[in-house]
Amino acid sequence: MNETDITQLWVYLSAKPLTGLTITLVAYAIGFWLYQKSDRNPICNPVVIAIALIAMLLKVTGTPYATYFEGAQFVHFLLGPATVALAVPLFRQTETLKRALPVIAFGVLFGSLVASASTVILAWALGASPETLASLAPKSVTTPVAMGIAENIGGVPALTAVCVIATGIVGATLGPMVMNMARLKDWRARGFAMGVASHGIGTARAFQVNETAGAFSGLAMGLNTLATALTIPFLWHWIFG
Amino acid sequence: MIAAFALILVCQLFGEVVSELFDLPVPGPVIGLVLLFVGLLIKRNPPKVLTDAADNLLIHFSLLFVPAGVGVVTQIDRLKGDWLPIAAALIVSTLLAMVLTALLMSKLLPKAKPGETLEDGQ
Repeated sequence: MNETDITQLWVYLSAKPLTGLTITLVAYAIGFWLYQKSDRNPICNPVVIAIALIAMLLKVTGTPYATYFEGAQFVHFLLGPATVALAVPLFRQTETLKRALPVIAFGVLFGSLVASASTVILAWALGASPETLASLAPKSVTTPVAMGIAENIGGVPALTAVCVIATGIVGATLGPMVMNMARLKDWRARGFAMGVASHGIGTARAFQVNETAGAFSGLAMGLNTLATALTIPFLWHWIFG
Repeated sequence: MIAAFALILVCQLFGEVVSELFDLPVPGPVIGLVLLFVGLLIKRNPPKVLTDAADNLLIHFSLLFVPAGVGVVTQIDRLKGDWLPIAAALIVSTLLAMVLTALLMSKLLPKAKPGETLEDGQ
């Protein structure tokens, strides 16, 4: 088979949704395998590995993102139902919620506001463009919701997705270290803060370290999704018109 | 299993319709989440097929982020232009929000029971 044949074969294959879908699953499987090989080191994040592999493949083959997404959209679609499904783990925390509802509600609102306000102020002070600001604002909530919020307030959903994932990785890798330096010993408070600041990726990390931390992290992540989705768009339109 | 997935999709569809109809800035799936959560609170004992379906969707939650994340290839120019504010916001404000929230919660939560705190040397 000569080079033109291979090029033609790729042109044919890359136009099929099956290819984008297969590449997504294979790249993630490789990422997950490496993650387990590394003893679940948060640096070897399967999402990051998969994104890097696919981005390189698209670059090398000169395939446009839109062509890849024709197939990948079937995975992407599941983000919506998965967000709805978060109601189930949240429901499992009902007892914890009932015991300390006012404190938990206050903590989530506080964390949600600090995360988005400090992000916007800092990025604005350093000269970010308005679209970048709007894309960064919801970075501490889970991707599908963050993308929905970004779209609503004039951000770029694709940029938001990248920032959300990076936020999760920063929180999961550096967060525990910084909380140790601040002498924070309460697993409940530590887990809660991981969930508020770094969503699902932080929660996955919290569960690995301590079960109490994981449960509080999951609770905080779910509630923060709600708190941010219910406050940021209104605040944004109110402040920036 | 089909019924459970259908229920989840119905919740999402309801959320999308409400969000569109009332022109709400809240994404449809979040409204669907609230609806399902309220339903669970009323029903108390959710059927196992539903919790299994939800758990299965969430086991590889992070896989679902990959297609959107690959969108980074369309954002290279923007990332180059705004790399400093983006990097600073990602690192500084994420850690700031985390530490402040943890400090607040460690003050406000009821006293920790044994096993709920990090022991020295752990």
